[in-house]
Amino acid sequence: MTTGATTTTGMKLSVSGLNSYYGPAHILFDVGLEVGAGEVVALLGRNGAGKSTTFRSIVGLVAERRGRILFEGEDVSALPTHEIVRRGLGYVPEDRRIFTELTVEENFLVGRQPPRAGAPTWTPEKLYALFPNLGEMRSRLGGRMSGGEQQMLTIGRTLMGNPSLVLLDEPSEGLAPKIVEQMADAILAMKREGLSIVLSEQNLHFARLISDRAYIIEKGRIRFSGSMAELEANPEVRDAYLAV
Amino acid sequence: MEFLVVQFLTGLASAASLFLVASGLSIIFGVTRIVNFAHGAFYMLGAYLAYTLTERLEGAFGFWGGLVLAGLAVAALGALLEIVLLRRIYRAPELFQLLATFGVTLMVQDLVVVIWGPEDLVGRRAPGLRGAVEVFGQMVPSYDLFLIALGPVVLGLLWLVFKRTRWGVLVRAATQDRDMVAALGVNQKWLFTSVFALGVFLAGLGGALQIPRDAVSHAMDLRVIVEVFVVVVIGGLGSVFGAFVAAIVVSELNAFGILVMPKISLVLVFLVMAAVLVVRPWGLFGKPEGPARQAPGVSIRPWRPFSPGERIAVAAGVALAALLPLVAGDYALTVGSEIIIFALFAASLHFLMTVGGLASFGHAAYFGLGAYGAAFAAKAAGLPMEAALLAGPLLGLAGAALFGWFCVRLSGVYFAMLTLAFAQITWSVAFQWVEVTGGDNGILGVWPSPWAAGPRGFYWLALAVSAAGIAALRVLVFSPFGYGLRATRDSVLRAEAIGIDRGRVQWTAFVIAGTFAGVAGALFAFLKGSVFPENLAIPTSVDGLVMVLLGGIETVSGAVVGALVYKALAIWLMSQTELSKLVLGAVIVVLVVAFPKGIVGSVEELRARRNRSEPNGAAFGAAKMEAAE
Ligand SMILES: Nc1ncnc2c1ncn2[C@@H]1O[C@H](COP(=O)(O)OP(=O)(O)OP(=O)(O)O)[C@@H](O)[C@H]1O
Ligand SMILES: [Mg+2]
Repeated sequence: MTTGATTTTGMKLSVSGLNSYYGPAHILFDVGLEVGAGEVVALLGRNGAGKSTTFRSIVGLVAERRGRILFEGEDVSALPTHEIVRRGLGYVPEDRRIFTELTVEENFLVGRQPPRAGAPTWTPEKLYALFPNLGEMRSRLGGRMSGGEQQMLTIGRTLMGNPSLVLLDEPSEGLAPKIVEQMADAILAMKREGLSIVLSEQNLHFARLISDRAYIIEKGRIRFSGSMAELEANPEVRDAYLAV
Repeated sequence: MEFLVVQFLTGLASAASLFLVASGLSIIFGVTRIVNFAHGAFYMLGAYLAYTLTERLEGAFGFWGGLVLAGLAVAALGALLEIVLLRRIYRAPELFQLLATFGVTLMVQDLVVVIWGPEDLVGRRAPGLRGAVEVFGQMVPSYDLFLIALGPVVLGLLWLVFKRTRWGVLVRAATQDRDMVAALGVNQKWLFTSVFALGVFLAGLGGALQIPRDAVSHAMDLRVIVEVFVVVVIGGLGSVFGAFVAAIVVSELNAFGILVMPKISLVLVFLVMAAVLVVRPWGLFGKPEGPARQAPGVSIRPWRPFSPGERIAVAAGVALAALLPLVAGDYALTVGSEIIIFALFAASLHFLMTVGGLASFGHAAYFGLGAYGAAFAAKAAGLPMEAALLAGPLLGLAGAALFGWFCVRLSGVYFAMLTLAFAQITWSVAFQWVEVTGGDNGILGVWPSPWAAGPRGFYWLALAVSAAGIAALRVLVFSPFGYGLRATRDSVLRAEAIGIDRGRVQWTAFVIAGTFAGVAGALFAFLKGSVFPENLAIPTSVDGLVMVLLGGIETVSGAVVGALVYKALAIWLMSQTELSKLVLGAVIVVLVVAFPKGIVGSVEELRARRNRSEPNGAAFGAAKMEAAE
């Protein structure tokens, strides 16, 4: 695409032609997506559609991948994971993967990176304000926390790296309705700080609370891209590709 | 009573160094999942370097500075090793990592002799701590008291580092989930390198601290690594506190074992280790490990029995070998007999390791027990060779039954370490129990019956017995028992779900492998006419591993090919160079890094590629499969 260069300028993250494999299995087919500065974009899709694989591919955790991944205008697809992350591209995995033997404070310490120009700077105190539950259990072991608390911890841990964009993999998965609301508030607060956010979700419910735009992925291919309003106006797309 | 207190203090003093080395091993394992066999080599290097530095540097400052400097220098060497070698094999099966670091150990053994000479060196005494302090009317060296205090201090310092520094927190995080640490922006490479350097520093310092107490010798590496393995098996791999407690337990057992059973003091340690294993297989303070990342022997290419054509080829090969005495001289036949005997030994290890997925680092124990058994039968009981060849392997069987019962409770690196420890205990019994085994002097005059006394007769005997043994093992591989064994290797859970009693199957395999190794050992005793403790020492065990690896660990017949090539090469090397360990170590390292499929594995791959219609596509698929792991 010859117009690619011009349309991607100014984009925070621009992925194009992404193909990923697990061993012999081809999982992603020419996936492309773009995220503007300060935007919240939803990546929607059913179980096994390829959402997590997309995120893992962007941060270099999938060994076999091809495609262009521009972050702040630079191609990061050849970099090792830790260098991609150090440029300010934060990643929150779906299975949370908190360090169960470490306390809340120590989990934050692992994520800590130097402040970054053009990205909000986070401290443990600021995170305790964002997630008040965590403030009450600073020296509790990660393994002794509820699912919701662990989800907050894993997000806070990534924020400690002062990213300018975060990939949030199913942040509402398995949470009680009340916690889901808290989570939505927290993500909106992150957005107000100026963070760009991509979140993956299986259904619209949570995404519609916070997102500006959405992509729908199915069987490893992007099937829809548009604003939330456009998606709302297209019930047949929703029904075809999303869980109810 | 007073004497016992003093003995207790001596034990505590010995525990300090042991703790340093063992905690280093544990810390490295925690993050990198590598059991660093070369840890003993670094300990030894620390002692040698400290010897040289303290000789050169003047005064008290020079002495203590020399010890620390020695530790730092060794740490730098460790970092270099990590960068050059270990980074290439982090994702390899555990067996390869153990072997590669053992190869380094071998190289260091020769290098040390080249640099410092073969004599034991007696180092400087610690300035200010040369005297002794009176405790209950007995004299205790001041330096021992210093060491006793040092142990807890180091434990405390390590605790502080891991609790109070970001680096320590990163290490603990990486111990649990290293990929997640990378996904948070931490450069794993340097984290691993620094962890390795710290662990090696502790080993080097542990060695350096020994010089005022013990002579520095080029055998201290294997001695300490075995004790360290025992310590981490008891304390739990990955636990620094476990290493501390277990180092004290082992050192005290040694200190008092000398009093109770001066000849076989190590047996006491063995009993305690066995008891711990029964109650807590993962050690006192360890955590259960997941299943081994990848058992050795698992192959993408399915195994199959020989086709009729191949069977004819093999029969022809054996027949050809049987004709060798018609053309070869006596020396060649003796060498040939030795090679053939080791082919059987390698095949028995292969059975346990490749078919059973249990990589034993102490298989020589059963080879040696078979040899001693045959020697006892021939010398003490006065049996003829034919009977002794039957009786000898029974000792190997008994040893395998006893040790195997404990070993099969573990898997992966724990299994490897435990088999090594048992082999070393067997070795020390053979070495220490002079009345029965002759100790270092061995048992001489184990002669064959007249018909097999000549090189020809014995060659045919060895060929017949080994060929029969190897054939029997091969039949077992493709028997229902063999299939059951492979099922436990490939998936313990699934094997148990279809009603296979994993423990029993693996124990049986252990006993079978030990018995066949014993047969090889009994033959070997008659070939040499003598038996020595070295027949069951670590190098013999590792020889077996290298043979299997060289031949091709994923293949059925690799062991035999590997034994032929390796043994011939080793005998030739020995006649060519003084530095055979250096060369051998380098060969092992190269083999592991560059040639992990071995000879037969590579040949099979070539054949498979040629037989396929679209060779590139197949190779591409296989390459991606590996990348995904
Ligand atoms: N490690 C793996 N090895 C092989 N295949 C995998 C692996 N991980 C995922 N897959 C496959 O890749 C496809 C996409 O999986 P992915 O986890 O990306 O989906 P997802 O959209 O995140 O689903 P979910 O909503 O369940 O999290 C699925 O078909 C899955 O079976
Ligand atoms: Mg997912």
